[in-house]
Formats: sequence, C-alpha cells, structure tokens
Amino acid sequence: MKLKMNRRSVLKTLVSSAVSAAFLRPGGNASAHDFSGYETNRGVLVDLSRCIGCRSCEAACNREQGLPAPHIAFDDQSVFEQEHSRRPDQNAYTVVNKYDSLLWEHPLFRKIQCNHCLEPACLTACFVNAYTKTPEGAVVYNADVCVGCRTCMIACPFSIPAFRYDSAFSPRIMKCIFCYDTRLSKGRPPACVEACPMEALTFGNRQELLSIARKRMRREPHRYVDYIYGEHEAGGTSWLYISPVPFAKAGFDMEVPKQPILNFVKDFLAMVPMVLTIWPGLFAGIFLLCRRRGSVAGTGESQESKISGEIIDESHGE
Amino acid sequence: MKVMENNSEILSGYGGGYEPADEARISEKLLLGLSGRQYLDLIVKNPVNWAVAAILVIGIPLLLQRYLMGLSSVTHGSQDYPWGIILGFGLFGMVPLSASGFMLGTTVEIFQRADFKPIERLALLNGLLGYFFAVVFLLVDLGMPWRLHYAMFVSFGPAAVLFLVAWHVATYLSVQIAEMLPAFAEWANLPRLKRFVRSIVLGLTIAGIILSTLHQGALGALFCYAPGKIHPLWISPEFQWLHYFVSSIFGGLCMVIVVSSLVRRYMTWRCDTNFLGNLDGITLGLAKGAAMAFITYLIIKIVAVAHDEEWLYLVSGWGIYYLAELFTMAVVPLCLFAVGVRHRRVTLVRWGALIAVLGIVWNRLNTVLVSYNWTSHQEIPTWQECWLVATILCFYFIVYRFVLYRLPVLFTHKSA
Ligand code: SF4
Ligand code: SF4
Repeated sequence: MKLKMNRRSVLKTLVSSAVSAAFLRPGGNASAHDFSGYETNRGVLVDLSRCIGCRSCEAACNREQGLPAPHIAFDDQSVFEQEHSRRPDQNAYTVVNKYDSLLWEHPLFRKIQCNHCLEPACLTACFVNAYTKTPEGAVVYNADVCVGCRTCMIACPFSIPAFRYDSAFSPRIMKCIFCYDTRLSKGRPPACVEACPMEALTFGNRQELLSIARKRMRREPHRYVDYIYGEHEAGGTSWLYISPVPFAKAGFDMEVPKQPILNFVKDFLAMVPMVLTIWPGLFAGIFLLCRRRGSVAGTGESQESKISGEIIDESHGE
Repeated sequence: MKVMENNSEILSGYGGGYEPADEARISEKLLLGLSGRQYLDLIVKNPVNWAVAAILVIGIPLLLQRYLMGLSSVTHGSQDYPWGIILGFGLFGMVPLSASGFMLGTTVEIFQRADFKPIERLALLNGLLGYFFAVVFLLVDLGMPWRLHYAMFVSFGPAAVLFLVAWHVATYLSVQIAEMLPAFAEWANLPRLKRFVRSIVLGLTIAGIILSTLHQGALGALFCYAPGKIHPLWISPEFQWLHYFVSSIFGGLCMVIVVSSLVRRYMTWRCDTNFLGNLDGITLGLAKGAAMAFITYLIIKIVAVAHDEEWLYLVSGWGIYYLAELFTMAVVPLCLFAVGVRHRRVTLVRWGALIAVLGIVWNRLNTVLVSYNWTSHQEIPTWQECWLVATILCFYFIVYRFVLYRLPVLFTHKSA
C-alpha cells in the first residue's frame, strides 16, 4: 500500500516533468534542416582580378548606411600600408585589404563584408532570433531584440558581426545588411556594387552568378584558379569570389567548414529530446529501486528509513 | 585560522548568542543575535573583510564605469574575442563548479544515500549561489543586461543552443531556490513551507538532473558554433557536450570538498558534530564518485583525440599545453584521490580537489581565450576586466558566508 502511494507520487513527478519538457524543448531546429536557400536568393560575384583597391565601395557603404567618418579618408591608399588586415567593425560594414602576390601582375585586393550565408551561423546561434534571412537572400539584424550576448560573433565563420562596445546605453551589433531597407527590397543592387568603377562586383541571382563565374573561368583559364569561394563555404554564401591566385594567398580562410555551422551543434540538439524523455523515467525508476531496497532491508540505518518514510507520509497527506 | 578564532572568540564572548531562539525576530536573527555594535565589531575585527573591502573600493567604481561608459571602457572591446575573461570565468567556469547541487541531490534523494545527508545542504547552497553569480557575471558582460529576460518573454530563437542554456539556467535557478527553501523555512520558523517543499522534493531533484545534464552539456555545445576558430584539441563537435557534462560532475564534487574543507577550518563554530564528525568519511565518498568521473573524462578525451585524428597535434607546443591542462584537471587529482581513498588520507583528497577545481577553470579559460583564434593573435584581458572578476567573486564570497552563518546548512536545525 505504501509502495503504491509512492508510485503515484512518482507518476505525478513523471507527468509534470514531461509537461515541462514539452515547454523546454528546442522545437525549432527542424526549420533549419535541408534548407538550400531561396530560389530568389540574390548575391554578388566579386572578381579579384578586376579590383584595383580604390575603396569606392567602402565610401559608398559608409554614405548609404550613415556610418561614422573613417579616420583614414576613403581616397587615401596609405590605409593598406598602415593597417594590414582590417576587418569590418563597429564603424565599417565593409573593408578592402591589400595582398601582395608575385603570382599576379598587380597587387590583389579583397573586399570583406557579410557574405549573407544561405544557412547563416549568426542566425542559428542567436537565442532571441535577432537575425532574419529575407527571401532576397539578405541576412538582416534587428537591434530591438538583441541582448548583446555576442554568440553570433562567435558563430560567424567569417568573423563579420561587430559589437558597439563603446556605447553604454545603445550598444548593438553592426553588420552589413545588403542595403536591404533602402535597395535590395526594392530590387536594386547594394550601394557598393553601384559604386565600383571596375565592375569587379556583379549583382544578380546566386545561381546565375555561379554560371557567370564558371563562364569567366572557362573563357580565361589563365586568369582564374579553379575555385569559387562561397559556393560551399559554410553551406554556401550569397557573396561569391573568384581569384587569379590561390585563395589562401589573398587572405581567405580556407579552414571554414564546407557545411552549415549548424551541423556542428546538431549532435547536441538531437540529444536534447532524448534526455528530456528518458531521464525522468530512469531516475524515478532508480528512486523506486533504492527505496524498495531500503524498506526490504528494513534493518538499515535508522536515518535512511526515516527519510524514505518521510516522503511516503507526505504523499499520503495530499 | 586566525580569522576563525577571532570570530568564534567574539561569538562565544557574547554567550554563544549566535543562535537566537526560534521565535526571535528576523532582525535579531539577521544580526546573529548580536547587538548592532557587537555585529559591527565582528566585521571590523576580521582581516578578511579588509581584503574584501580593498578589492571592492576599486571594483565598485569599475563596475559603475562599465555601466555608464560602456564595456570598452574596462575591456579591450575586441571584435575578435567576443567573449572575454568575465564570461570565460564567470559563466563557463562557475557553472560546472556549481553542479554540486544536483550531484548530491541525486545521491541523497534518488539513491537515498543517507550517509551523504550532512553535506547535502552545503552542496545545494553551493549550486544555488554558483548559478546565481554566473548570472551576475552575465549581467556584467551582456551588452544590454536590461534585456536579460528577452529570451523568455519577448523574442524566441528556440533552435539556438544559448536559448536552451538561458531557459534551463533560469528554471534550474528556481528549482534550486525551492530546494534551499527548507533551510530558509527552518531559519525563519515557517514549518508549513518546509513541509510543502519536502512533498515535491523528488520532482525537484529529477528536474534538477534533467536541467543540469542539458545545460552543462549545452555550455560545451556553444563552442561547437566555432569549430574553425578554436584549436582542434579543445573542440570536438561530437563530444564537446559530454566533456562539459562529465567535467561538471567532478567539478561540482570537488568544489564541495574544497568549500567543506574551508568551512571546517575557518567556520568551525558554525558546524555541528554531525557535520564535522562525518565530513572525513563523506569527503572520501565524494572522492570515490569524482574518481569515476575523472576516469570517464580521460577516456572520452582520448576517444575525442582518436576520433578526430589529432595525435599529431599532441606533439606540438599546443599539445604540451593541452596535456598540462589535462594533467592538472584530471590526472593529478585522480592520483591524489586514489592514494587518499586507499590510505584514508583526507588531506590529500582535499588538495586534489582544489587542483581539479583550478584545472576546470583553466580548461574553460583555455577554450574561451587561449585556444580561441589560435591561428591569429592572442588576447590578454585588461587589468580592469580581471578586477571586475575579483569584485564579483567578492560579492559571491560575502553572500556565501552570510548565508552559512545563518541558515541551518552546516548544522542540523533543532526541528529537523
Ligand atoms: S557571413 Fe557571418 S554574419 Fe554574414 S550571414 Fe554568414 S554567418 Fe551571418
Ligand atoms: S549578440 Fe544579439 S544578435 Fe548576436 S546572438 Fe546575441 S542576442 Fe543575437
């Protein structure tokens, strides 16, 4: 009889933990599965062989996004000697770096900005859903819900998002948004693309850009290495790069996984429902086993039986 | 040692007034039954308080500076190291050391090992305060601390690992508060409250096990978002959550050993014979449990290196550093525990536990700071950042001591 009451209280425990489990389950992880990008995903193809490092794109971005004035003017080329490897930060959504290479007729320049991944790591890592992937392919950020945990900065394989650390009351993530509000949503290319005098940046549908890239590589094989950076990096990105020298020589990180970053946390996420469903029963069972042993032994330490006795009494009381 | 004698001298000087009667007013209980003057005396005469005050005198203005002038006024504000020592120590280091609550909760309530009962409440308190202060550390480091509750009530990103951490830590914090309520009820003389909590203790404990397994693991899984940035020896996506979970098992146990050794020595007056008399045996028991976890940890560490085929990394400089960490964190404590348990040398176990505790913190800092961005530059925290960590630790110490002085944690209440 006593044991029965006890079982009931165990059952109650089981039910309540199952209920709480239902609330605590990270349910959304299915949404990110098998997602290979929107058909309408726009992108930009960057041709390193055409870029001359004029920094017009940097200037255009600065103007379009109303960012603070740079401490080295945009027409000042000395920035390349003064600061070797710049990265996008709280004052600049895009930067151009210079790479001297003996393999090519002129120095190479690489424009860096958010690559607008097909399965953005920043988006999947953010626990308040501050990022959105728009049907046009842009990955935009909502400062109104961001908590400032900076996990997105940890997660982005290209180290793009930057944090405004110097603001006490309105800090936020700063990151290229593909000029979504002002241009992309209206079907227009971003400011940087329009500003480029060398047509080093080509705006278009990602699929088309991939075939344009292949066509250029086929037509002038001596001008390009046989690789499109961004086709597979981090599961594919909207911004794509082709280059006359091996990408590692132009500062590209070749260690970036060729699959979405989300894949690396899937193992853990898959384990979560298992723990939530198996643990309550398992430990309730162990509890019963231990309890029975205690009461069968009977002669066990007095304190021990006192404890189990207490629990039984209380379930009676309810 | 001196400190303890001071305190107990003072306290016994006042006729053992530190245990006011059950019916005493809460205000009297708060002052340990001393008068205001006597209590102040107690504080001023303790040199530890002066050390704490020295840290706070600089630390509190630094804290204000952080909130009024932004994070970068006290840190490097590095874009390449989004997480610094505040989170590395405060969140990733504190949480595994606070697994003690669920470990001893399970041992006593589920496995019904009454022999561990005397230390259960200390373990629960250690867990509760550890989590609470991990949240405090988080509040220092978050960009917008005033939005801490957003993941619960405003905007949801349920597929994110941090979402799980946030929810679980929040829920678990409430579970731990509930688990500590009986001690509070005894102190405040509220027997009905205590009876109620006892009736749901099994549910609380099982909830604690689930939540702990998941969020301890989740803290490890957070690093799986950065597989390319962390040195391969410190990250293995398949096993990361297991590493973090298993190390939290011995982390929690070792932390209780360390804390109980400290209170046994410096707060003897507050412990009853049930606690003091059983502590050596309990310490050895905890050491046995921790030893199992050490062995498991070492095995899965080796499996991870083998699985990711990282043997070659082990002979690099990073490998030596990695092995040094592994030895500090698990091998040395394991050996000390083995000898200590075999020959019943409790002191060895206590030192082993301290080494393991430091080892875990070192491991977390290595993941967040040292091995992070290993192919580019290394970030060294600013002194202000480190001072802030010390400041929050002082608050932790003050609160911890405050509670231990009062609630029936180290002694059994008359009514129990
Ligand atoms: S490049 Fe980084 S910030 Fe941009 S979408 Fe990809 S993960 Fe997000
Ligand atoms: S910093 Fe903001 S946007 Fe980035 S993960 Fe945290 S809450 Fe999301």
